[in-house]
Amino acid sequence: MRAAGKPGKARGRLGWNLLGLLVFATAGFPVYWMLNTAFKPARDAIDPDPHFFPGTPTAENFSRALDVADFWGPVGRSLVVSLAVVAIGIVVGMLAALAISRFAFRGRKVVIVGILAVQMVPLVAMIIPVFLLLNDLGQYDRLTGLIITYLTFVLPFTVWTLRGFIVNIPRELEEAAMVDGCTRAGAFLRVVFPLLAPGMVATSVYAFIQAWNEYLYALMLMSQQNQTATVWLGNFTTKHGTEYAPMMAGATMMAVPIVILFLLVQRKMAAGLTAGAVKG
Amino acid sequence: MSAADTSTAKVSPARPPAPPGTGQTARGRGGQGQRGVRRRRRGGGGAGLPWALLAPCLLVLLLVLGYPLARLVTLSFQKFGQPQLWGFQEPESVGFGNFTRILGDGEFWSVVVRTVVFAAGAVVLTMVLGMLIALLLQRVSGWVRTLINIALVASWGMPVIVATAIFKWLFDTDYGVLNWLLSRLPGVDMSGHNWFAGGPEGLTVIMLLVVWGAVPFVAITLSAGLTQVPRELEEAARLDGAGAWGVFRYVTLPVLKPIIVMLTTLSVIWDMGVFPQVFVMRGGHPEAEFQVLTTYSYDKAFVVNDYGGGSAIALVTVLLLLGVVAVYMRQMLRIGEAE
Repeated sequence: MRAAGKPGKARGRLGWNLLGLLVFATAGFPVYWMLNTAFKPARDAIDPDPHFFPGTPTAENFSRALDVADFWGPVGRSLVVSLAVVAIGIVVGMLAALAISRFAFRGRKVVIVGILAVQMVPLVAMIIPVFLLLNDLGQYDRLTGLIITYLTFVLPFTVWTLRGFIVNIPRELEEAAMVDGCTRAGAFLRVVFPLLAPGMVATSVYAFIQAWNEYLYALMLMSQQNQTATVWLGNFTTKHGTEYAPMMAGATMMAVPIVILFLLVQRKMAAGLTAGAVKG
Repeated sequence: MSAADTSTAKVSPARPPAPPGTGQTARGRGGQGQRGVRRRRRGGGGAGLPWALLAPCLLVLLLVLGYPLARLVTLSFQKFGQPQLWGFQEPESVGFGNFTRILGDGEFWSVVVRTVVFAAGAVVLTMVLGMLIALLLQRVSGWVRTLINIALVASWGMPVIVATAIFKWLFDTDYGVLNWLLSRLPGVDMSGHNWFAGGPEGLTVIMLLVVWGAVPFVAITLSAGLTQVPRELEEAARLDGAGAWGVFRYVTLPVLKPIIVMLTTLSVIWDMGVFPQVFVMRGGHPEAEFQVLTTYSYDKAFVVNDYGGGSAIALVTVLLLLGVVAVYMRQMLRIGEAE
């Protein structure tokens, strides 16, 4: 902005801007193509000469995805699972994050390393024993079983990110409140909690998206009748092959709310994650 | 963090762990005196309170992770198939049988090599593109930055399965827009080209899908990190005659190193664990030349009903990842110490 007066710099900026627009177009194209196809009449979608704009936009694909392919059943189940996972993950994760960020105690480092190590275990390695465990517990093909297993990856994540947000709140604030006569719990509720709220919202949204996006466990642990939204979309094929136009409509309905949620919190989240990584 | 350091110092490390709940009840005890009260107020707390706070989390993790992990290890040493699953037969120990069988199988090794090559390619592409875009974001005008950010966040927020569906559509043999676009280039005719006819080419498409989804996280995190690089350091390096590359190499990279290590490690773990992209792209039945460790282990366990063998493969995958994790853990331990 300051360089606007200098022609040389302005020309340099132009080159970067063009490159930037190219990046924008490339990164955004798949998303655009999803939206474009979703609103196209089905016969335009499978035209060898692709239409780059939905000439006559139609909602027909959406109604097909909603009615024919039973959109709300899988989405409802995904919602139940994701919300439950977030609720448990945030409460339990918050307590643990408080413990490791505000208390000095023996074994603290072991706990930190343990929680980090847990994040490293690839989900797919766990699928066989988890399947057998739920089978033994009679929780196979049950939403509760899925909720429990999703905590595997959501819980370490919430603990670690909430911890990042908590360490960024100066401890002196709490101490000042306690000097003024607050109890520890009171200081937390009145001073720390309000400052932490945006971080908690961001973490919840992120955790929600993680649970919402999960595919492997949902595929393995739920039967056809109880599938979640991701599995539903993965199976979007009929006996005539893949129906791309309704599939893209389904994809749009699944993705747009998530992307909007994401847009709202991502800045906060990136800040929290990097602060956690750099400052500890 | 300095505030944390001071409070750590105040708590005597030799304090014996108290049973849960004493942190709260100790308040009423007369014997502790002034010092004890002050210490608690300053953030030391009873030793029981933090453990009480941790208990739910540890319990859940123990159930959902500890038990299955232990079971994974025992399973990999057992013959465990359909009869054992239904309880008709007790699982019998086969010692290292599963491992010798797996490791002696040539196909397993080609899957390992394929997975490592795939993950390495995806990680390198992701990190390089992510870094380039982060640097670019610093140089473009505000409105271009906003546009790029929107595209990045949109592709970042896309559920993996949605992204996979979109790429399947983009690369469709007959109606995929990519074949059409490429055919516009002079001398290129890609109409009717099947991108998934062969493993290497098909996996490259899947790699692009993975990279497309992974670059935004890296780019946005790195560009957040770039804002923390001190301007004065860059200026000083420039005054000392460093070019753009020199500034990047000797000033920017070292400052960003912790973030880069974190991002690379996470990328390795994620890209070694790619499953839905391959699985869904190949319609639930990846061909032999599309198998990566995750789908291979899945096939062994759930298609052939050899849970012991599948577990052995999964365990080998975990061991492979441990090497990478070691680097990350060292980094994280240092953060744990600094706190």
